Amino acid sequence: MSARRSAIHFTVNGERRAVQAPPMKRLLDVLREDLRLTGTKEGCGEGECGSCSVRMNGELVNSCLVPALQAEGAEIQTVEGLALDGRLHPLQQAFLERGGAQCGVCTPGMLMAAAQLLDHNAHPTLPEIREALAGNLCRCTGFIRIFESVVAAAAAKMDERASEAVLEQAHNAR
Amino acid sequence: MRGSAEAHELVAPGSLDAVLELLALEPGQWTPIAGGTELMVAFSAGRLNAPKLVSLWGIPDLRFIETTVESVAIGAGATFLDLRADTVLAAELPLLARASSWIGSIANQSRATIGGNLVNASPAADSSPALLAYDAEIELVSVRGRRRIAYREFHTGYKQNAMAADELMYAVHVPRRFARHRQYLRKVGTRRAMAVAKVALGATALLERGVVREMRLGAASLTPFPTRLYRTEAALVDQPVTRETVRAAREALLGEVRPIDDIRSTVEYRRRVAANLLEEFLLELRQERAQS
Repeated sequence: MSARRSAIHFTVNGERRAVQAPPMKRLLDVLREDLRLTGTKEGCGEGECGSCSVRMNGELVNSCLVPALQAEGAEIQTVEGLALDGRLHPLQQAFLERGGAQCGVCTPGMLMAAAQLLDHNAHPTLPEIREALAGNLCRCTGFIRIFESVVAAAAAKMDERASEAVLEQAHNAR
Repeated sequence: MRGSAEAHELVAPGSLDAVLELLALEPGQWTPIAGGTELMVAFSAGRLNAPKLVSLWGIPDLRFIETTVESVAIGAGATFLDLRADTVLAAELPLLARASSWIGSIANQSRATIGGNLVNASPAADSSPALLAYDAEIELVSVRGRRRIAYREFHTGYKQNAMAADELMYAVHVPRRFARHRQYLRKVGTRRAMAVAKVALGATALLERGVVREMRLGAASLTPFPTRLYRTEAALVDQPVTRETVRAAREALLGEVRPIDDIRSTVEYRRRVAANLLEEFLLELRQERAQS
């Protein structure tokens, strides 16, 4: 059998990384074991629960269903890449303030799925939020607070943009 | 995780030609893997019977949606998010766009491909009823060349299809001639998201003065593989949509479907619901006629 390892190169949270891994090793395991990025969780291991959601080349994927070789050359973002310079992402802040996280196992996947939604749809409706998070299961059944957190984060991002726009106007007026 | 990554070889030749050469060199030895939403589940569970895998992911020649005057050509490597984003599909072939939105979650739709859905050939495949109702064609490719077959003849048995060992699915061609057809698609599952169909029915019908001229019915989870319901169609073609026709069509359907009892549903439930779905569509046709 081919126990061969391949050199696999990709970018994770903006950093270029290389690992030696069997090509069929799951991206989930490469992230957790080889790169020690343990924010990404394993729930079901079969694409049903969304706990292992990461973004690969701008798409939301279940990292338990991605063989490492298919991540060659990819841009990957994990939950560790959401906060910028120690400042929480608006979604993380909202989950924190609104009780959107309980046991925490589904939370990284929820955050990644919600981030993917807000990047494509800054003002999602509740049905749109429910659809975007339909593949992410919370067994603490905290869905309502999770949905509320996403709504709050969208509003916060709006405020951020609004205040940036005001600052820019002020700057231009000088 | 029960599967062992060391037990499987995986190569990514990167181009369609290189994949086809590999399949021709050792026919039947290589298992193509695209988005992995089926095979990686089997792998994790330790039941992936595929020692040698060849990756189709990221091969541009397989990931496209192209529109011509007659048809929409969907590359086998197009993902269901690609299908959902296509404006021609949304406008003219809405059943396929809707079926695409049923495939698992966003994280599954970003990886699952139409080719994978069809080659995997689950009796419950979400894209099948729509493709049967639209009379789609499958284009296969190998180093020997290309050929097309009607999708209704693609599945030949449970998890079996008409592909030769060295062939790969290249594209699905969906004709653009259903704008005047009445269209129907409904899936019955345990919950709205992330559910495998207990029963699904897709249909296109062309009526002239209240008489059925064309009828195509595509069924999932009612037979060992996705299939047209030819006898039920025959009970409807050239008939006005009357109560008697509806009754005859229900009878034909119940005589034709062969559902099974499994973890998701029962024979009896599937038979009844399938007949009810058909009736729902036929009653829609009647109502429209009454209104027009």
